[in-house]
Amino acid sequence: MPLANSTVEHIRDLAARYPSKQSAIIPALWAVQHEQGYVTKEAMAEIAEHLGLPSSLIEATASFYSMFLTKPEGRHDVVICVNAPCMLRGADEMAAYLQRALGVRDGQTTSDGAITWHSTIECLGACGGAPMMQVDHHFEENLTEERIDTIVERLRQPGAAGGGAVVAAAEPPKRKVAAKRVRTEN
Amino acid sequence: MPVKPLLTKDFATEGLAQLKVYERSGGYSGFKKALETQPDDLVELVKKSGLRGRGGAGFPTGSKWSFLPKGVYPRYLVCNADESEPGCFKDRYLIENSPHQVLEGILIASYAIGCNLAFIYIRGEYLPQHDALEAAIAEARQAGYIGRNVLGKGYDIDVILHRGAGAYICGEETALLTSLEGYRGEPRLKPPFPAIKGLYGKPTVVNNVETVCNLPHIVLNGADWFKAIGTPTGSGTRLWCMSGHVNRPGNYEMENGTPIRELIEEQGGGVWKNRKLKAFQPGGASMMVLLPEHLDVGLDFDAIQKAGSLAGAGAIVVMDETTCMVDAARRYVKFFHHESCGKCTPCREGTFWMANIFDAMEAGEAKPADIDLLLDIGYGIDGRSFCPLGDASTWFPRSVIKFFRDEFQQHISEKGCPFKKSVQEAVA
Repeated sequence: MPLANSTVEHIRDLAARYPSKQSAIIPALWAVQHEQGYVTKEAMAEIAEHLGLPSSLIEATASFYSMFLTKPEGRHDVVICVNAPCMLRGADEMAAYLQRALGVRDGQTTSDGAITWHSTIECLGACGGAPMMQVDHHFEENLTEERIDTIVERLRQPGAAGGGAVVAAAEPPKRKVAAKRVRTEN
Repeated sequence: MPVKPLLTKDFATEGLAQLKVYERSGGYSGFKKALETQPDDLVELVKKSGLRGRGGAGFPTGSKWSFLPKGVYPRYLVCNADESEPGCFKDRYLIENSPHQVLEGILIASYAIGCNLAFIYIRGEYLPQHDALEAAIAEARQAGYIGRNVLGKGYDIDVILHRGAGAYICGEETALLTSLEGYRGEPRLKPPFPAIKGLYGKPTVVNNVETVCNLPHIVLNGADWFKAIGTPTGSGTRLWCMSGHVNRPGNYEMENGTPIRELIEEQGGGVWKNRKLKAFQPGGASMMVLLPEHLDVGLDFDAIQKAGSLAGAGAIVVMDETTCMVDAARRYVKFFHHESCGKCTPCREGTFWMANIFDAMEAGEAKPADIDLLLDIGYGIDGRSFCPLGDASTWFPRSVIKFFRDEFQQHISEKGCPFKKSVQEAVA
């Protein structure tokens, strides 16, 4: 599927922004994934053409970064962190519960095409709200079985918006920093 | 006299992410003052303030700036927002609450080092934070803080926000620069250091988000004021990300030198469920384990190093008496294996080997000789890897073997994890 004109235009703008057009590779891959949901070899060849670089270079870069998808996934992307700080607060139990709730194994997509889920050992940067999962780039923190049920139910709705809309309603109030520091002047 | 927090002092203000609100609470007055100052004087000011990099290594920021070779242009400033150390979530918090503070720090640093094009490299997972910074950059451009002839002072500056795509290694400064140039994010040999040959082969300074957030305050209040906060070798405050078995996890800004006990017990409300503290890490996944006897150590680079660990990126991971230390080490080793870029053999093969042994430990298939084998592998990786990722993969597991060897022996003799009945059916 050829890239949309707006994406091509965006890629050309990117190439002009950086001191080196090669720096536009990762932003261009993001633009393609944003438009098509994943990045095919054909799309990489197109990026190469628009940037005037060999497509092997685009593929070499794309294959290094874990966030670029090479095949279509479900409408929603759910990632649950199982690194140590999350493990300490019950991430394994949440991952097991999510697996039962969705009825498909780690890395798979539900039969209705709504959700692809996987666990990750890569810390997502929400250890203070562990256990957590990332739903379409938005963090769901302080997970419980009930909250997982609510999130999954919403994501299964055919017209469910991306994670943003879902999270806005479910996010707990922002924690205020408790910054009490005592110091004595000599 | 109690000292108020610096970086987070206005975080309760509603709408602080907006330029108008940020300006009302004194925002951008540091940058305006900086523009009235000679760049070299700013470098001296930051040197004198004793500010040390908050990304992990604790290198003096002013010295880093002064390594740039005279007369070589263009030169670049890159703000490292690729926060990915397990346990660490402070940069995210700083960006979410006050993106303009980050930006103002970047502008001051850029002006001080004579840079006209700055970059922010933010991890791919932080999309809402990316959007917050993007909005802040647009507002700052509109207000004339970014662009040509900034505020009529004859200084040109542009800022490019660059999004990563899921690679922990890109937090290492040379890998970050390689990634920013569009390549696979593999580290480069040092020397030459980025100050001499960095982005696009030009002199480059890489500073962490929290580091640059300190700059507006130092410029406004002076080096002596900043130096009076904290310890003699650790000026200022730090944000500590607290997670794990603690009642109130979260970000806490503390004056350097404050005892760790105060952070965990008073701010964090102590260990959860009325349990006892077994161990903690003072600096995120990479760092060696500390024990309850270390609770009176100060929150400070040098004090923590003296105690046998490292403050790193400022992440306290609290572990209670029910924690399986073998499994905690297993997670981190698997993390480093997953994130190893594959460039050098000790890290690529060593982390894989260690991960296999740890899996065997949890599965009850490990042999008695495996404990010393882990130490051997660690010895083969540490100091022999291309970059600190490999080295750091060995620090926590080796420290856990040192202090909790009996737990490893128990895993072997009982053929499985003594702490858990059923283990990770859904875990990678």
